[in-house]
Amino acid sequence: MEASNTRTQTMDSHQAMWMYQKMSEIRYFEDTVHETFSKGVLPGFVHLYAGEEAVAVGVCAHLNDKDSITSTHRGHGHCIAKGCDLNGMMAEIYGKETGLCNGKGGSMHIADISKGMLGANGIVGGGFPLATGAGLTAKLQNTGGVAVCFFGDGANNHGTFHEGINMAAIWNLPVVFVAENNGYAEATPFSYASSCENIADRAASYGIPGEIVDGKDAMAVYEAAARAIKRARNGEGPSLIECKTYRNYGHFEGDAQKYKGSEEREEHLKDKDAILQFRQYMLEHNLSNEEGLNKLDEQVKASIQAAVEFAESSDYPDAGSLITDVYVDYTNTGRES
Amino acid sequence: MGRTISFSEAINEALAETMRRDKNVILMGEDVAGGAAVDHLQDEEAWGGVMGVTQGLVQEFGRDRILDTPIAEAGYVGAAVSAAATGMRPVAELMFNDFIGSCLDEVMNQGAKLRYMFGGKAKVPLTIRTMHGAGFRAAAQHSQSLYGMFTAIPGLKTVVPSTPAEAKGLLIAAIEDDDLVVFFEDKTLYNMKGEVPEGYYTTDLGKADIKREGSDVTIVAIGKQVHTALEAAEQLAAKGVQAEIVDPRSLSPLDEDTILASVDKTNHLIVVDEATPRCNVATDIAAMVADKGFDSLDAPIKRITAPHSPVPFSPVLEDLYLPSADTIVRTAMELTGEDTAMTT
Ligand SMILES: Cc1ncc(C[n+]2csc(CCOP(=O)(O)OP(=O)(O)O)c2C)c(N)n1
Ligand SMILES: [Mg+2]
Repeated sequence: MEASNTRTQTMDSHQAMWMYQKMSEIRYFEDTVHETFSKGVLPGFVHLYAGEEAVAVGVCAHLNDKDSITSTHRGHGHCIAKGCDLNGMMAEIYGKETGLCNGKGGSMHIADISKGMLGANGIVGGGFPLATGAGLTAKLQNTGGVAVCFFGDGANNHGTFHEGINMAAIWNLPVVFVAENNGYAEATPFSYASSCENIADRAASYGIPGEIVDGKDAMAVYEAAARAIKRARNGEGPSLIECKTYRNYGHFEGDAQKYKGSEEREEHLKDKDAILQFRQYMLEHNLSNEEGLNKLDEQVKASIQAAVEFAESSDYPDAGSLITDVYVDYTNTGRES
Repeated sequence: MGRTISFSEAINEALAETMRRDKNVILMGEDVAGGAAVDHLQDEEAWGGVMGVTQGLVQEFGRDRILDTPIAEAGYVGAAVSAAATGMRPVAELMFNDFIGSCLDEVMNQGAKLRYMFGGKAKVPLTIRTMHGAGFRAAAQHSQSLYGMFTAIPGLKTVVPSTPAEAKGLLIAAIEDDDLVVFFEDKTLYNMKGEVPEGYYTTDLGKADIKREGSDVTIVAIGKQVHTALEAAEQLAAKGVQAEIVDPRSLSPLDEDTILASVDKTNHLIVVDEATPRCNVATDIAAMVADKGFDSLDAPIKRITAPHSPVPFSPVLEDLYLPSADTIVRTAMELTGEDTAMTT
């Protein structure tokens, strides 16, 4: 299979600006979390999405709040692309009460069900059956919605990959499985851990389309996603898109990344950078100009700064919330409070 | 003074010692070496596990014996069960005990049951090393203490060490043991230092250790909670209450005799277990003592555990989640009737 580069979708300036803004939000958000984490301010583990922006954004550009996504431990980018509130996200990473999960979930569990964001996930491979289930709801309730499962190259070797995709296929569910093949699962190369050359090759065994795209090229992702999502919405069943991408940072913060080659690191941080490439595309196609994009970058930076201030000035949750939300609470009304 | 090393170095030594003695001992898991098939990577630059616990082993034993696996817990844990049943003596690393959801069948229905189902004609000399414990800000899916779930399963043994020296001796014993042993490592103890003997030695499974002697109240504590209990014991001593701290070290088999003898001496029992309270090991030990040591007791048995909730992410909530020395002190004072001014 070849990476497809046929341009089938047209992009208007409004859509392009949205995509650029979301990619830029992800990049500044992650760079900021990286810096803050290195100062020892943030608790826990964080896994950063910088470098992979084109995937989440190119796919989510086609989704609305009725559509669901499942995510991974590297979930900040999916959240932003799916429209989660930046303040609520940052506050969650800080463990504050104003976080999207009231500080109970943290970076690895950020979710916003109202936006169709079914949660970052601490369990590799957790997303496959969850996306299949969301697809089942969409089909049975006839919502017109689709479910997208973002997953890593490491996750493609987990048993849930097979179980989730096979069921989506036999029930013809509106699900799109989006592989983010960044070459590594922690410190283990994809080529070592997988018996196939491409994740997309595996789609054939489920009788569903499998397409490979350059995951650093937002337009290529956008177009492949358009086809797969259209297919799902039309009741033609699931498909798989494999995006070849790269993570700019380590697996988690503190990873020395010795397993990465220095050349590949260099080229991904520079020439192959997803945002620079998309910026170039926009300029070449008169979708914006330098001034417009610079201004947008400044606005994005300010919004991330504001999110940090929001998180820092928010309170920690109160002690009482330790034991709430374990079950639905019917105590007052007889219905969920 | 003997040599002092960390809990994680002690575990590393236990693996190295057993691997030197027996070529059938292999280690399998995700990134236990790290960087498999990366040409430019020097072995000494390899991760050696997500927390660096197995660093250096690949240099000595090579990649055939320190085997990086795909993220396929059902696959490699199941393979380890069968490799064990067919002549190897594997150690499988389940990175976090929370991931047992991905391979419970392999442990519960295959590994733990083969011997019994086959009329005693099979053995499964497999050790599963796994991280547990809250306090690392790792949130709900990376912080649980699930040893109780495993202890409920006949056919496997469970070990929860609390000090570096015991971690080494118990792990060697677990690997040498011909049954499936699940070995729990508290991620917040890895940097803890302690005196650890050099070379090869074993610490018996099924034998509790009295970490502090006392006459007024027995505190049975598991894993890291041994240290919380020791801290509480210091405070209690200042108030004139002498606590005896019993560390069961292995939960299955459980050294009932040591626990019962201690309760017989102190007439009071508190069990500290950071796992959630329903059907946990604290409850199991309390029931055992109520059943077999009722006449020794002067007061009800008290259990100090986490609340019946998942582990919260926010540091302020997570700190409240874990048992504290204060709670232990308060409970012991109430129990022994030493604290008349006590209000709860
Ligand atoms: C079931 C399970 N096994 C192992 C892990 C530990 N773990 C977390 S992320 C990760 C690597 C995932 O790699 P990949 O799917 O390629 O995603 P990436 O990190 O590259 O985005 C591993 C092994 C886990 N969280 N869950
Ligand atoms: Mg990966």
